[in-house]
Amino acid sequence: MFEFTIKELAQGLADKSFSSQEITQAYLDRIEALNPRYNAYITVNAEQAIEAAKQADNRIAKGDASMWTGIPFAHKDIFCTQGLLTTCGSKMLHNFVPPYDATVVANFKREGAVCLGKTNLDEFAMGSSNEHSFYGRVINPWSKDEELVPGGSSGGSAAAIAARLAPAATGTDTGGSIRQPAAFCNLTGLKPTYGRVSRYGMIAYASSLDQGGPMTRNAEDAALMLQVMAGHDPKDSTSMRQDVPDYSADLNKSLEGLTLGLPKEYFNDQLSQEMANTLTAAVKVFEQLGAKVKEVSLPNADLSIPAYYVIAPAEASANLSRFDGVRYGYRCEEPADLMDLYERSRSEGFGTEVKRRILIGTYALSAGYYDAYYRKAQQVRRLVKNDFVAAFEEVDAILAPTTPSPAFGFGAKGDDPVQMYLEDIFTISANLAGIPGMSIPAGKVNGLPVGLQLLGNYFDEARLLNLAHQFQTATDWHLASPDNQ
Amino acid sequence: MQWETVIGLEVHVQLATKSKIFSGSSTAFGAEANTQASAVDLALPGTLPVPNENAFRYAIMFGLAIDADINKRSFFERKNYFYPDLPKGYQTTQLEQPIVGPGKVDIELADGSTKTVRIHHAHLEEDAGKSLHEDYHGMSGIDLNRAGTPLIEIVSEPDMRTAEEAVAFAKKLHAIVTSLGICDGEMAQGSMRFDVNISIRPEGEEKLGTRTETKNLNSFRFMERAIKLEVERQIDVLEDGGSITQETRLYDGDKDVSRAMRSKEEANDYRYFPCPDLLPVEFDEHYIQSLRDAMPELPDARKARFVADFGLSEYDAGILSTDADVAHYFEAVAGASGDAKLSANWIMGEVSGRLNSEDLSMKQCPVASEALATLIQRIKDNTVSSAGAKKVFEVLWSQSSQDVDTIIDQQGLKQVSDTGALEAMVDEVLAGMPDQIAQYQAADEKKRKKLMGGFMGPLMKASKGQGNPKLFNEILQRKLNN
Amino acid sequence: MSIGPEDIKKIAHLARLQVSAEEAEKLGGDIANILNLVDQLQAANTEGVEPMANPLDAVQVLRSDTVTEQNQREAYQAIAPATEDGLYLVPKVIE
Repeated sequence: MFEFTIKELAQGLADKSFSSQEITQAYLDRIEALNPRYNAYITVNAEQAIEAAKQADNRIAKGDASMWTGIPFAHKDIFCTQGLLTTCGSKMLHNFVPPYDATVVANFKREGAVCLGKTNLDEFAMGSSNEHSFYGRVINPWSKDEELVPGGSSGGSAAAIAARLAPAATGTDTGGSIRQPAAFCNLTGLKPTYGRVSRYGMIAYASSLDQGGPMTRNAEDAALMLQVMAGHDPKDSTSMRQDVPDYSADLNKSLEGLTLGLPKEYFNDQLSQEMANTLTAAVKVFEQLGAKVKEVSLPNADLSIPAYYVIAPAEASANLSRFDGVRYGYRCEEPADLMDLYERSRSEGFGTEVKRRILIGTYALSAGYYDAYYRKAQQVRRLVKNDFVAAFEEVDAILAPTTPSPAFGFGAKGDDPVQMYLEDIFTISANLAGIPGMSIPAGKVNGLPVGLQLLGNYFDEARLLNLAHQFQTATDWHLASPDNQ
Repeated sequence: MQWETVIGLEVHVQLATKSKIFSGSSTAFGAEANTQASAVDLALPGTLPVPNENAFRYAIMFGLAIDADINKRSFFERKNYFYPDLPKGYQTTQLEQPIVGPGKVDIELADGSTKTVRIHHAHLEEDAGKSLHEDYHGMSGIDLNRAGTPLIEIVSEPDMRTAEEAVAFAKKLHAIVTSLGICDGEMAQGSMRFDVNISIRPEGEEKLGTRTETKNLNSFRFMERAIKLEVERQIDVLEDGGSITQETRLYDGDKDVSRAMRSKEEANDYRYFPCPDLLPVEFDEHYIQSLRDAMPELPDARKARFVADFGLSEYDAGILSTDADVAHYFEAVAGASGDAKLSANWIMGEVSGRLNSEDLSMKQCPVASEALATLIQRIKDNTVSSAGAKKVFEVLWSQSSQDVDTIIDQQGLKQVSDTGALEAMVDEVLAGMPDQIAQYQAADEKKRKKLMGGFMGPLMKASKGQGNPKLFNEILQRKLNN
Repeated sequence: MSIGPEDIKKIAHLARLQVSAEEAEKLGGDIANILNLVDQLQAANTEGVEPMANPLDAVQVLRSDTVTEQNQREAYQAIAPATEDGLYLVPKVIE
């Protein structure tokens, strides 16, 4: 049962092979048994999940069900869930039970899906390894002798799916936080176009880059999940009024006649020969499926990381000012005065990486530096976007590595934050440009899964899903699990 | 030394929208603490702002009223600072491209001349909440009902030279925003708040002196006092050989003293940057033209109309046109009573006198315009004398009944204008005053006028105050001059 | 780009974070490294390039002016650290 995809679970529920209560209970039991090992969940929603499953079964019995009714899944603990602890991986929100649902959460509730719990993440989504959670690090289920990181920041969601503690989960992606953990855990992860999925109730890291998306076992499930998540939300000014297509409709379309681009700048010394070989093999698969592949150029690709590490911390420094110990969340003991309340609540409530990024952002925005850093980064951001706009005049989608290497060990990036930041080199530009990006399982390096990244034009998620699904009909990388390698 | 004062104003005007600038919370004044603070207003995690179209509509109307450039594309920035009444830790405001660009406002000075005050710009922003300093076990209480109320901040150039000019400018802005209906103008509720930048320099000097900013003045009277006080203080400092520190000051109207603020001593670094949760706002010429076409009448135009249509003097028209509520009241009374001049006199006299002495605004006037109009008609048709009318007005003011005719009846204020009855009274009174009649008839024209009063007193007494004095006078003249 | 403990203290204060002398030392080093990375931006030719605040260069859609929120003070204050009489309590605010 734990090998069933969303599509298969929906089929089983529809033909009454099992009830939602049965599969929900099975997942809850498995979580109870295995979560202590992986630490994928911060909060398990056992009682409410069973209750939701009961209601789902009633809906199914009454013939009042949608495809998602009764399907168990998990939410990254960055989405606010009414009545259910939402920590964002931080001590700051150790006691925060939101009185409202994020729009994405409400969408799944409306469908009658069953939330199993809230998955672990780097604190406030700042990180690429899940080492920065107040609730402890998440273990990559693909770890063998050495314990490996699951990637981040959506590492809890990735580990939960890989360890079969959830069939699917939501994630968020600001610089690669869906795609990189998907690659490290052999999953399919999609970061939609900026503005495709509502950010309302999704705790902000960097508002102009953050985007929620699906993390699943395959492209078919990603399409089903995006269907629920996508759409205009009047509560989010940056959410777009663009029609939502049927994301499953084109999955089986032939790739004949499509042209895919390979950015020459990505084949640099950041990318090992083994990783490059995986990419070359993937190119062959797409060619066999009928697509043409040609070289494209993204000349400003190397500026993405520097631009990101100005823009994201700058926005974060303001976004995180609301955590002040006054209206909710952590408040220090016996503040001496107002300044003490602010400084101690924030210093005690935030972890090191969050503080580091707040300080970087504060510095970049402070008097005298705005033009040199923030304004400059916003200009470079346009250059990065223009590169993609030009490339998409020549090709229908772009193929790229997701990460420079497979999952690494804890502490492998040392003490220098910059080494960790470079981990996002291939994913960050999609966030800067706002285009959709997807990572799908594409092979193994050193016995560990690695991802292939597909980058698409604005609102072209259906095409990425089509490419991914076709790739998955021709390959079986995505079927491998840690127990079945 | 002769000193010249230089004054610039920053005026916060609360816009009269129903809901807040970025959330669907009510902006109604006076609700119980924090009952109008939504998840967005409280900056709960993950919540996002969505701007209110009327906030923009009102800001553009203001821009059109002051002949300003309207920025067809504007956007919001975040102004970062920590304060308990600022839930997000930043204020969403406009810096680089405010909705309203440079404009101008004409003010009238005491000598009747006109002066133009240039407006640097006006921008949209959100109001903060309130810190209540009553003691809660040594803590302050925070009420966020006001947080997110839309404001336009109007920034003037330093074009004013006296407290009186600054007050005239403030009053003119009040007249404009209330005439436009974009602000309720309730100063006591904080609907308009003034920050005054003041510096002094030796007469003839070009360079501006160091300025101080006196914040949050919410009455014209306090503003005038605060400016005068600050100018005196600066002169004292400079003449004692000291120098002015650039600082923010608070004025206490009750004690008539000011002091430097303690909390904002450190140099601020607001780290402005474009708010990534909001997109640029664009308006086309068609939209702006549609607002221009639908503009309500502005104070200057209204004044000209009052002179032309109602035959009011420039002075009276000026007084009655400045405040939109007063103007509407006047027009209602004048229209219903059919006597503009008498309406003007009553409103400028009895009505504003009572409003002033009780510190009420026109909106709070207990006398309905219909009632005042009826009263004026009763004066004109001789139902009630002027003295009687004042008594009626007292009743209208202090009691809920607005039925003028009933009040006149109940109070026995109806004038007797039946000439037969009046003539009988005159005959009866004159019969008892032979000496006075002889004295009168012996007197010359000038003295006769004086002696007339001696007959009027007993006549009014005989009629229990209800005799029409004008008719009494006519009858007396006729009888005595024969 | 060099950034000393004093600079760190100043920024930390703006951000209302407390940093010990020890932390300031370490953070100063980290931040200097990050700024070195970020300084690659200076090499980019951005003359005449309009800064990009939103990836889609989209325009704001405005909300109609209607009251849609109800009083939820009880729910909101249930998660607050300190309240009384419907007010949020903070150490004395001195103006």
